[in-house]
Amino acid sequence: MIDFSILFDHWDMYLEGFWNTVQASLLALVGSFVLGTLFAIFRISPIRPLNWIGTAYVEFVRNIPLILVVFLFFVGLPAMGILLAPFVAGTLGLTVYTAAFIAETIRAGILAVPKGQMEAARSSGLTYGQAMRYIILPQAIKVVIPPMGNQFINLVKNSSVLGVIAGLDLMYFGDLISADTFVTFDVYIFVAIFYLILTLPLSMLVSYWERRLAGSR
Amino acid sequence: MKTKNVWKKIAGMGLVLMLSATALAGCGGAKSEGGTASTGAGAAAGTGTLAKIKERDKFVVGVKYDLNLFGLKDPASGNVEGFDIDIAKAIAKKVLGDENKIELKEVTSKTRIPMLKNGEIDAIIATMTITEDRKKEVDFSDVYFLAGQSLLVKKDSPINGLKDLQKGMKVLTAKGSTSAKNIRASAPDVEVLEFENYAEAFTALKAGQGDALTTDNALLYGMAKQDPNYRVTEETFTEEPYGIAINKGDAEFVKAVNDLLKEMKENGEYDKIYEKWIGEKPKK
Repeated sequence: MIDFSILFDHWDMYLEGFWNTVQASLLALVGSFVLGTLFAIFRISPIRPLNWIGTAYVEFVRNIPLILVVFLFFVGLPAMGILLAPFVAGTLGLTVYTAAFIAETIRAGILAVPKGQMEAARSSGLTYGQAMRYIILPQAIKVVIPPMGNQFINLVKNSSVLGVIAGLDLMYFGDLISADTFVTFDVYIFVAIFYLILTLPLSMLVSYWERRLAGSR
Repeated sequence: MKTKNVWKKIAGMGLVLMLSATALAGCGGAKSEGGTASTGAGAAAGTGTLAKIKERDKFVVGVKYDLNLFGLKDPASGNVEGFDIDIAKAIAKKVLGDENKIELKEVTSKTRIPMLKNGEIDAIIATMTITEDRKKEVDFSDVYFLAGQSLLVKKDSPINGLKDLQKGMKVLTAKGSTSAKNIRASAPDVEVLEFENYAEAFTALKAGQGDALTTDNALLYGMAKQDPNYRVTEETFTEEPYGIAINKGDAEFVKAVNDLLKEMKENGEYDKIYEKWIGEKPKK
């Protein structure tokens, strides 16, 4: 039987951890979306140097473990004289890491729009930017929503990496409570429930958008 | 020729019988292990840790791999060495007659009690402080090392003790350690950040993520030895008696370990190990 007194006795810690996880996830979500879109555009842009930058970023970042990206911000930057608090370093690492995946997702979506769309848009007088903005991206977004939802759900779960660098998130406090009570299983069951509170609605939201956008096609 | 073949057959059958017997014994052993863990009363003859160690002819012990002087894995040789390991070897020598009949398993402050409880290890020798709370979960041997909590700071730091810790300062330590509880109680104004282990806490300190690292001085000396840019403050503000943790209720094994510790202190072997790692004679 699960011991609920653990939850009540450590309610403050669970709540603080939950709140910090929410903040880290939201910040990283917005940040990685913006950064990811930027790098996706770099990768498909007709300008060669931008191509290289986009490819280098994606291939470099997505092929190393998240925890190392976070460590880079946590101990690497201070070595160069830039000191970031654990929470900030962790959230930044998470943003940079997720952005690589988002960039790939968006790029795939844009490439899924038939080439003729861009050609037609350009020949009707739109600039490359306008064609992207008004013709290509609105179509790409439909293809992109389901995999993007996956990335965001992964992001929320990946935010548990903050626990390793004392980022005061849900996982961090879970570890502390477990160490404090000598209870392992029950403590982490509650941690899992708190994560589900975030990820399940996100998951449903994605399905909902998916259905709505599919209808408007 | 024919007789030879018969003998071969008999030998073969014997081998099969022996193998199946070992396999059965293996199953039985696993069962009694489970029984010990669940009832917690393994002192009855044949089911205690001592019997388990003898049967397997190996002492499986949880030690740290990341602690200079106590349990540290040498990256060059791959060997784990330290004070705790020498104590474990002494137990293996006493129980099995050979100090090399040990199997080391890495534990952290977080994993060690669960690992002991589910039978993965026979004992914890991992700089573990004896506390009342922990006594509810495991049994402890007599004190095998007496340490005290202190602070590790940068060489030029103005911090010389608890009184110099001010509001807003960050003190680093490891998750699940007594040090974390102690520092929260004795310096409630400082922010305490807890890491997976002391190596990571030290990495964070070196990166400038904190003003001091706190734990038992015995461990801090090891870190200061590793990086001379850091020093250990002289003041110790707690007494940390380290004990060997053994599964609850196994009085037989606790007694065996206590007898051995006493013997080692009397015949000078303990002092020798102490001096080898800490660099000075134990305080009497």
